[in-house]
Amino acid sequence: MAWVWFHRFGSPPHFYRLATRLCPWFGWSALLLCVAGLIGGLGFAPADYQQGDGFRIIYVHAPAAWLSLMVYVVMASSAAVGLIWRMTVAHAVAASCAAIGASFTAVALLTGMLWGRPMWGTYWEWDPRLTSELLLLFLYLGYMGLRNAIDDLGRADRASALLAIVGVVNVPIIHYSVTWWNSLHQAPSVMKFGRPTMPASMLLPLLAMLAGFTCYFVTLLLIRARAEVLRRERSAHWIATALAPPAGSGTGTGTDQSAGSAGGVPA
Amino acid sequence: MMKFFAMGGYAVYVWPSYALTAVAVILNVLWARSALRTARREALRRLAGARPAATVPYEVRT
Repeated sequence: MAWVWFHRFGSPPHFYRLATRLCPWFGWSALLLCVAGLIGGLGFAPADYQQGDGFRIIYVHAPAAWLSLMVYVVMASSAAVGLIWRMTVAHAVAASCAAIGASFTAVALLTGMLWGRPMWGTYWEWDPRLTSELLLLFLYLGYMGLRNAIDDLGRADRASALLAIVGVVNVPIIHYSVTWWNSLHQAPSVMKFGRPTMPASMLLPLLAMLAGFTCYFVTLLLIRARAEVLRRERSAHWIATALAPPAGSGTGTGTDQSAGSAGGVPA
Repeated sequence: MMKFFAMGGYAVYVWPSYALTAVAVILNVLWARSALRTARREALRRLAGARPAATVPYEVRT
């Protein structure tokens, strides 16, 4: 049955073990990809014919903006799964997304301002793309505020899930804002069909950065979701076994011989 | 080398962008790790409180 993996994934002990095991893989991939992207973007990519070296802001701005949207989609869809199937692990994943998404939305906005100043002559303009991205920041902050305002974790999960799901309409608005309206912001140069508008020496470092930031987000998510899963488990027996090896030492980077050999949950 | 840091005159915009992103990347790692550490500590404390101390095979430290 195809549903078996779904239920296994939804089981907190299984999720916790899997997250612990996967974390270093995503972490090291993120580091390698970002180092490669930075070397390529700062060292080898040629200066832009219009923007000179100023265009190099793209190697941090675009990945941050990409995360701001992707994290929201992950947050809203896992919140929906948690709401529909009453799956604790899904709620834990959703709750882990908000702070990460909010911080990278802020980074996208601020690096965008630093890029806009020399290229457009202004830090800020009430432009569709910029305004909808600012709204995304407020959605994240509202989600976090709502969670903080409700003491009961189960109620906080359900109420914030609704907010996250409703807010998802903003995501396509942000993405298509540059094509729907006559925006100051440039049109997408990577994620469009047909031929990319950049030479490979510019594009490859950007793709490496986008992939690296994605792996980095997964790493953060795997750490934070473990914390959220633990918070939701009251007196579950598996916690004793999962945390039995000296807890409080390495969190994300530690190898996982213990998790690997533990296999099933000893009763 | 100086030419590299000058960024064709855009240094005041390029480097703060990179610095800002680096700060966010590092802070997020620290936040996530401290969240896991706190959750572990609290879970262990809950477990210790829920059962007789003799059966708890670990130490709870704060």
